[in-house]
Amino acid sequence: MAERHTNLIVASAPHVVSPANTASIMRDVLIALIPALAVSVYVFGIRALMLSVCCVVFCVFFEWLSRRIMKRSNTIGDLSAAVTGLILAFNLPVRLPFWMAAVGCLIAIVVVKQLFGGLGQNFANPAIVGRITLFIGFASPMANWTITSRMSQAILSAAEVDATTGATPLALSAAGLPVPTNMEMFLGLINGSMGEISAAALLLGGIYLIVRKVISPAIPVSFLATVAVLSLVFGLDPIFQLCAGGVMLGAIFMATDYVTSPITTTGRIIFGIGCGVFTMLIRVYASYPEGVSFAILLMNILTPHIDRLTRHKTFKPAEGGASK
Amino acid sequence: MGFSKHLNGVHVNHSKNTAGLPIIPMPAPEKVYIPMSQHIGAPCTPVVKVGDAVKTGQIIGDSDARTSAPIHSSVSGTVEAITQGMTQAGKIDTIVVIKSDGKRELADTVVPPEINSFEEFVAAVRASGVVGLGGAGFPMGTKFNIKPGTVEYLIINGAECEPYITVDHAAMLEFTRDIIDGIRATMKWLQIPKCYIGIEGNKPDAIAKFNELLKGDESIKVHELRQIYPQGAERVIIYETTGRIVSYGMIPWNAGCIVANVTSMLKMSHYLKTGLPLVSKYITVDGDIVVHPQNVLVPIGTPIADVIDFCGGLKEEPGKIILGGPMMGRATPSDEYSVCKSNSAILCFSKAFSNQRKETACINCGRCVAACPMSLMPARISRAFKDKDVEALKELDVLYCMDCGSCAYVCPARKPLNFEFRQAKAMVMEASKK
Repeated sequence: MAERHTNLIVASAPHVVSPANTASIMRDVLIALIPALAVSVYVFGIRALMLSVCCVVFCVFFEWLSRRIMKRSNTIGDLSAAVTGLILAFNLPVRLPFWMAAVGCLIAIVVVKQLFGGLGQNFANPAIVGRITLFIGFASPMANWTITSRMSQAILSAAEVDATTGATPLALSAAGLPVPTNMEMFLGLINGSMGEISAAALLLGGIYLIVRKVISPAIPVSFLATVAVLSLVFGLDPIFQLCAGGVMLGAIFMATDYVTSPITTTGRIIFGIGCGVFTMLIRVYASYPEGVSFAILLMNILTPHIDRLTRHKTFKPAEGGASK
Repeated sequence: MGFSKHLNGVHVNHSKNTAGLPIIPMPAPEKVYIPMSQHIGAPCTPVVKVGDAVKTGQIIGDSDARTSAPIHSSVSGTVEAITQGMTQAGKIDTIVVIKSDGKRELADTVVPPEINSFEEFVAAVRASGVVGLGGAGFPMGTKFNIKPGTVEYLIINGAECEPYITVDHAAMLEFTRDIIDGIRATMKWLQIPKCYIGIEGNKPDAIAKFNELLKGDESIKVHELRQIYPQGAERVIIYETTGRIVSYGMIPWNAGCIVANVTSMLKMSHYLKTGLPLVSKYITVDGDIVVHPQNVLVPIGTPIADVIDFCGGLKEEPGKIILGGPMMGRATPSDEYSVCKSNSAILCFSKAFSNQRKETACINCGRCVAACPMSLMPARISRAFKDKDVEALKELDVLYCMDCGSCAYVCPARKPLNFEFRQAKAMVMEASKK
């Protein structure tokens, strides 16, 4: 008689699962952000790293604290708070005081994310709302752009004229001043928010995420393509428009936030086009030089409606009967 | 046909560790425990008494119901008991216990059936005891009892899309000719003009063997299926081979199709040739703790533990033992239950492999939506299920879910989606009764 086992684990199929889980996905996003962080440290110096660490630590801390106060399970292990922290840091100027960054983290994690129920329940991207709050609440520190010797000559020359603050390429362009070359723009030898400057590094991270199947190319491609096409329509240089400001960071890392973007490919394409349209409308017509975060926030709000309109059609015959 | 779109699915590790291994016959165990309900439909009533001498292939249970299949003794010996007991399906059933004499002598009734008409063919298929051997367990005699000439396509399911399982593959290589003979007989008596044999592209040798033997026969075509789970699901294989769509609540016949598993066809063919009914099953025994993973020919009613023992036993305490594939198979609470007709694999996994996965919040990543072969919206169905919103569940077509598990397989939040949907379906059906 064979040995008997009568107390086996019983669970519903499937008994195997794909290797990707929430934490591994978030880890991949963090890895994909490393090239942009490296360029940021190269251009701005060690404070870029310090501010990034500061935001990650504060976001994780607020996540832990708010879950604890609300007597909910600890979720810092899913790494989503760390991702929010790093992306928020990428949206800040390098010299922003740490305490202001902490305020942004508080808004992002506590107000936008946890008060709505935690991961998966927030309707807007926490990092974007954190950034917009700081942008409006601390307008001048948030526009305090640093000039370093590693930046484009165009930016250094402009800074000699107006020594108080260095202007971003978008601001130079708006003022009709000479702008950095497209290659300098692409590599990121410019000023701006610390993580947004290098299109090359961000694209590298984006390719990593697409290869690892963490994100689908639908949103970044439709977003970037819309910006390029509208640039041509408005008679602007598409390469400059794609590399300037937060377009790359937004299209690859912020608009693709699962929670706040549509769930189907069709929905994602509509979402990406919408982001591109609003970005360019704000850049061309509104009083702000940059519109990426407002564009994404607006599309976040439209996401439930896009989802409703782009639901998959069930695989069944049109009349409900069997088809021949 | 004018269709080019494929259905969604998921890429699952094939883990076909036993591919290429021959099917090794297992000797009769000391005792077999044969449940009287091993198929969809009416359970059988025992037609033997305690103390009766029985031989291999002798009918021990039968039913007059339209949807049922006779059950045969898998060994020769003596009926030791007829009891009520738990089966692997988790139900109380009548179980005929037969003590084997170790000889496996064949019954006198095991002679090739004489078939001169459609009625005789269907009667023979029923008498073979064959049911849907891919796991469904629908009696083949009932499936074939249709008006001849009403079916356009016979579809033979050789997808074997579940990981680990390789017995259909082995059977296709070893008994190609017998399978084709069974197909031809079915096409003849049911007047079916066309047949597709659907085989997943990961079995090129089986595809080549069929193509070679079918040279010149335009009515039977091998259809190479994409290597993506679940190509072997009935509605999926019908669509992929013929472009036809079977709706919820319909059977393939409504779309002019009949689907049969390749091993079912083989076992039926063997019966037509020899008169030996379904008394043993090809079983893949695999999993990370099995000492000698292999394909085994197991007498029906053999305790699972005996089969595992025959394969060298286990390296460590098992966590889970799965009957069937890891995507749709059932985790059995105990290995003392016996092998049934519709089993095709016994997979034993370590405790580490079997550990419960911690469920986290849905992050709306859309992987389930991209995976669903039926183009459902699993994330939204899950939310509606949580809200107990029956109207929304109905509107989201949860009844079309075929429980393939693709959504749960890809879910990074480890939500037991198809398990929820099974309950959601019950809720919708309950509500529609009122």
